[in-house]
Amino acid sequence: MREVAAEFANPVMLYSIGKDSSVMLHLAMKAFYPAKPPFPLLHVDTTWKFREMIQFRDETVKRLGLKLLVHVNEEGVKKGINPFDSGSALHTQVMKTEALKQALDKYGFDAAFGGARRDEEKSRAKERIFSFRTSTHTWDPKNQRPELWRVYNTRINKGESIRVFPLSNWTELDIWQYILAEKIPIVPLYFAKKRPVIERDGTLIMRDDDRMKLVPGEVTDERLVRFRTLGCYPLTGAIESDADTLEGIVTEMFTARTSERQGRLIDSDEKSSMEKKKKEGYF
Amino acid sequence: MNAPSDLRQFLDAQEKKSLLRFLTCGSVDDGKSTLIGRLLYDSKLLFEDHLSALEKDSRKFGTTGGDIDFALLVDGLEAEREQGITIDVAYRFFATEKRKFIVADTPGHEQYTRNMATGASNSDLAVILIDARKGVLVQTRRHAYIASLLGLRHVVLAVNKIDLVGYSQDTFDGIVRDFAAFAERLGFASIVPVPISARYGDNVIARSEKTAWYKGPSLLAHLETVDVDTDLVAKPFRFPVQWVNRPNLDFRGFSGTLVGGRIRQGDSIAVAKSGRTSKVKRIVTMDGDLSEAAAGAAVTLVLADEVDISRGDVLSAPEGRPEVSEQFAAHLLWMAEDELLPGRQYLMKIGAASVPVQITTLKHKIDVNTLGEHAAKTLHLNEVGYGNFSTSQPIAFDAYRDNRDTGGFILIDRFTNATVGAGMIDFSLRRATNVHWQALDVDKRSRAEQKGQKPAVLWFTGLSGSGKSTIANLVERALFAEGRHTYLLDGDNVRHGLNRDLGFTDADRVENIRRVGEAAKLFVDAGLIVLVSFISPFRSERRMARELVGEGEFIEVYVDTPLEICMQRDPKGLYKKAQAGEIKNFTGIDSPYEAPEHAELTVDTTTADPADLAAGIVVYLREKGYIA
Repeated sequence: MREVAAEFANPVMLYSIGKDSSVMLHLAMKAFYPAKPPFPLLHVDTTWKFREMIQFRDETVKRLGLKLLVHVNEEGVKKGINPFDSGSALHTQVMKTEALKQALDKYGFDAAFGGARRDEEKSRAKERIFSFRTSTHTWDPKNQRPELWRVYNTRINKGESIRVFPLSNWTELDIWQYILAEKIPIVPLYFAKKRPVIERDGTLIMRDDDRMKLVPGEVTDERLVRFRTLGCYPLTGAIESDADTLEGIVTEMFTARTSERQGRLIDSDEKSSMEKKKKEGYF
Repeated sequence: MNAPSDLRQFLDAQEKKSLLRFLTCGSVDDGKSTLIGRLLYDSKLLFEDHLSALEKDSRKFGTTGGDIDFALLVDGLEAEREQGITIDVAYRFFATEKRKFIVADTPGHEQYTRNMATGASNSDLAVILIDARKGVLVQTRRHAYIASLLGLRHVVLAVNKIDLVGYSQDTFDGIVRDFAAFAERLGFASIVPVPISARYGDNVIARSEKTAWYKGPSLLAHLETVDVDTDLVAKPFRFPVQWVNRPNLDFRGFSGTLVGGRIRQGDSIAVAKSGRTSKVKRIVTMDGDLSEAAAGAAVTLVLADEVDISRGDVLSAPEGRPEVSEQFAAHLLWMAEDELLPGRQYLMKIGAASVPVQITTLKHKIDVNTLGEHAAKTLHLNEVGYGNFSTSQPIAFDAYRDNRDTGGFILIDRFTNATVGAGMIDFSLRRATNVHWQALDVDKRSRAEQKGQKPAVLWFTGLSGSGKSTIANLVERALFAEGRHTYLLDGDNVRHGLNRDLGFTDADRVENIRRVGEAAKLFVDAGLIVLVSFISPFRSERRMARELVGEGEFIEVYVDTPLEICMQRDPKGLYKKAQAGEIKNFTGIDSPYEAPEHAELTVDTTTADPADLAAGIVVYLREKGYIA
């Protein structure tokens, strides 16, 4: 992180409010202490995030005294893009991928931190820690710079940018252990609680507001659930769990038999879907 | 696994686990991906959704006829799946009860040497796969050499597909003998051979009864227990300064990560380059000050004195300092499609420092397959060479074998910004601190003042036939008539003398410009206005010439005449010869011309007369104060 702060003119930290972002932010606070991280946070708001996430975001920024930029793809909002009628793929494309590009262009950021980890998904296993993007934000897996030792090539031409993944070598278990050890605050949605959920296509969706219309026959159930990963609420499946403490979560993790991205509806859209999204500029 | 005490035990155990980073290398069909998939599968690290995807993929793409194809777990990118080979470095994570592992999975073909080197640079051990049916091949030797070049000291020889040779001990022993004979000169600290079948799991996790003759550990058991001796804490203290931490006027600290040794509050330190010393007053972290920090720790150091330190400086103990020099010998692995040009200036990044560097002598290249040394003028993609390097200012470093973080560096192309090479420093060629610049009483300024002008280089660049020499000649005549002191270096003329040993290959063109740049620099030092009329087709070399002289002393004049016009003019009949194939490497025909992006002056010979253009340049010199 200090490499980026020292070598780039205008870096930013992508802040998604999830547990990985919380860890990344915590590391930034440590890396620059006693100074504040010399860059702002950027949240790309799809307008479909859980309300508790937004509340947590605003509290965190206030508590740490940081600068937060929030970007919404207004064009997408105008067109009425939403996860239900537009489908998860289009929604993600417009409200996340496009919105992110808009925000990076708008502020002219030349380096952006992201919380992605190599253990999440196959194509991410080959991601560099400093991932080079062309001036149109595309990722060319064949044209990435070799990374030797701890020496990172941070040189770019005007208009090009670098995405930086400080958590590349962390696993999901590492994240939770670190949150536990460092007592890092996280969104309460990670903890089990009675929440109103709907079972749709085998996934438990929490109905966070009434923009989500019920299909005939569907009923809202109060169930004891928590989330292993957080995204847009209609696209994020809950799991039934009674883990309401960090210790409980780590215990559950240890015995888990499904990977965390299973709760993400975008990954199963098509084969290698993550790789496709990344080429288009998704994180 | 529900009671909190179990959790505590589990977490304690997790924290005590050491981490082993290892590299797997082998060829496409050696079963490397299958082995890693097997390790993930058998160490129960696969989640159910990954498994069901694997079963689905195995039926669709699998090469194992219905059985689970473990290789599909690790071959990530679409292109690779379709070609059935791994083309990049992929990192995998797994853990057992004893250790955590990060596996760098790298391809084996010769054209992927750079990928393997990348994986090796962050690993402590190499697992080299050999197909038991084929034995030690050329590629096996290559893998072993690259592992040793990148400083890996421990090797596991995984003799795979032992099932296909009937679990034969003779075959296994023969392979082990062959390998040991070759690897003798590579200086590995340990070589552990294991007969395995990645497909069926023999000796991967547990010893197999099918190889009762084998008395050693299973592959995983060995990886769990091997001592790779990477104790950076035992090495001398090294702290490359990444960032100067200055939140307010009352606090000034130096942030970075210790890459060797340990530091305590009150310890004396030395700044390698300047030689200044001080004491550590505080070791600051967000969780409070520390009394001591060891290699691997990221901290901010506050010193007792105001010492001038900036990013790229290396702190050490006063009695154990790194080398400081601007000349050293190193191994270099070339990683770019464009060949290495000795004499060209590249950017070298070592630790947090970046400096311009040239390869002054390429002594030889090394055949990665046979270890043979051959004379070489350049290096191509994936070739390894050994030579002398010269940086534009002294840098602090250690030999690579002593510390990877202070002895390994990358080379960056100054225009494409691509990472083009990886180097491992062998030793310092001399102590730069002993060679001082000879300070002379009569200096550039006094010579220039005597002549009543500001010395500068007017660098004319453009295609052959563009009109460079014509204009330069007119400019010099005008200046001379005014009583100015000038000198004109013309490309063709210099090639008759100073540079007559040079041809027209890219490497020779680079050297051509380097010499002219140095000559121009001396004339500027003598107080002259130097006119240089050279095609000088490459941006890198023009930039190098620019950086040889001081700020404001280099005026690039781009004589912008389109190729078609130059070909029509063809004053020396050279284009005709080049098109007929009689001249090779002719700029504009079969050798590129890189137009300037930020020339101080651009002149268009298609719309103006050379005499007017020359007069314009003299006006420019007057306006900018070079001449009164």
